[in-house]
Amino acid sequence: MPELKKTPLNEVHRASGAKMVDFGGWDMPVAYGSQIEEHHAVRRDAGMFDVSHMLPVDVRGAGVRDFLRFALANNVDRLKEPGKALYTCLLTERATVLDDLIVYFLAEDWFRIVVNAATAEKDVAWFEALRRARAPGLSIAPRRDLAMVAVQGPNARSRVWSVLPGSEARTAAMKPFFGVEHGAHFVARTGYTGEDGFEVMLPAGQAPEFWSRLAAAGVRACGLGARDTLRLEAGMNLYGQDMDESVTPLESGLAWTVDLASPRDFVGKAALAGQRPARNLAGLVLVDKGGVLRAHQTVHAAAGEGEITSGTFSPTLGVSIALARLPAAVQPGETVAVEIRDKRLAARVVKPPFVRYGKALV
Amino acid sequence: MNVPTDLKYTESHEWIRRESDGTLAIGITDHAQAALGDLVFVELPAVGRKLAAGEACCVVESVKAASDVYAPVAGEVVAVNQPVADSPEKVNEDAYDAWFYRLAPAVAADLDKLLDAAGYQALIADE
Repeated sequence: MPELKKTPLNEVHRASGAKMVDFGGWDMPVAYGSQIEEHHAVRRDAGMFDVSHMLPVDVRGAGVRDFLRFALANNVDRLKEPGKALYTCLLTERATVLDDLIVYFLAEDWFRIVVNAATAEKDVAWFEALRRARAPGLSIAPRRDLAMVAVQGPNARSRVWSVLPGSEARTAAMKPFFGVEHGAHFVARTGYTGEDGFEVMLPAGQAPEFWSRLAAAGVRACGLGARDTLRLEAGMNLYGQDMDESVTPLESGLAWTVDLASPRDFVGKAALAGQRPARNLAGLVLVDKGGVLRAHQTVHAAAGEGEITSGTFSPTLGVSIALARLPAAVQPGETVAVEIRDKRLAARVVKPPFVRYGKALV
Repeated sequence: MNVPTDLKYTESHEWIRRESDGTLAIGITDHAQAALGDLVFVELPAVGRKLAAGEACCVVESVKAASDVYAPVAGEVVAVNQPVADSPEKVNEDAYDAWFYRLAPAVAADLDKLLDAAGYQALIADE
């Protein structure tokens, strides 16, 4: 087995006694103490996550917008103001999901893409192949020289301002889903928790000091465990679990991210044309007591069977919640039965998200 | 890791305390709760259920995973600790106070076959 990859913050995590796990080939902290306390810190105050395993990729050159208009399922023409970000899928020709990513429009000759860790090499190779075929003048530069720290929660932005000189003036008026360069830092008002906050990219060598300053300012270190319960409460998909190369975005609750209305062509468009998916992702809230909803449990609905793709205990709601791929006819409000061990437990179908900005929505 | 010397242990991370009435109180060790993380669900056996040694009889679920709890010796369930099922975090707070169930052992001497504290310490040191 190859040695696990390490982020610039690896020694900081180990020194603080974090429980480490293999996450897509990376040695990452799953929790520093109580995962539930870390979760609550983000909902109520501020928490930080090392997300340096994710990969920023800079795409530069004349015609980069044309290139991405064809490469991505969402339409980069929606990015009109510099700094604006867009969530999108990367599709195969069959319109199944290669990855999900965020793309930032920084200048007409510079877009920045942030892709998932486990898919990073595959994505870069895919972009490279498409570049050679369609836009050989562009450059595609993976930025492993950058670390990335997500600071999330109602007090996250003010904590970042308190440790990063000049950042308040630069970002106080910045709206959600925008990012801006601030010296050697790139500060984006994005995240994966359903809370306000920043994702900060910075030179790898500066990451340990930035992390310890945030900790001193009262930001709680949070691991991948809390990141997973937070994103699931926020109704956000996890690549490799809720969608992958076997399903389309229309089967993954992501129809809103695919622009089929404009006349532009893009990779996967032909395969999506006229598709009426037989199944889609829905939210579940466990009603009966008797266990916790988990991935791969079978769901029985009046319209047929389905399967949970992500399930957990929701620390904010105090009940178990899940995303499940169910027959498309299943509607919010219906009651379904989930097989947990030797029992069938009742669950209510809901439309995600479950929690946003600290408030229960289901 | 906390391993009290007055208890017996299993290789599957249960602790066993002999009560004054001869029954056995059974829970999961501090090491086990730390490995599982925050517990959110505990399922206890029915009182009166007869268990074979090594039989799965409780389920614990943390935020991340589900795990079985096994009977350390053969016997009959004579009581369960409902507060632990109602508030699974009690197991994280004090694993040796949060007993799951009490067992009337079929053979009292079976307890002697289980690990003592030193044996259990050696076991978890190897993990």
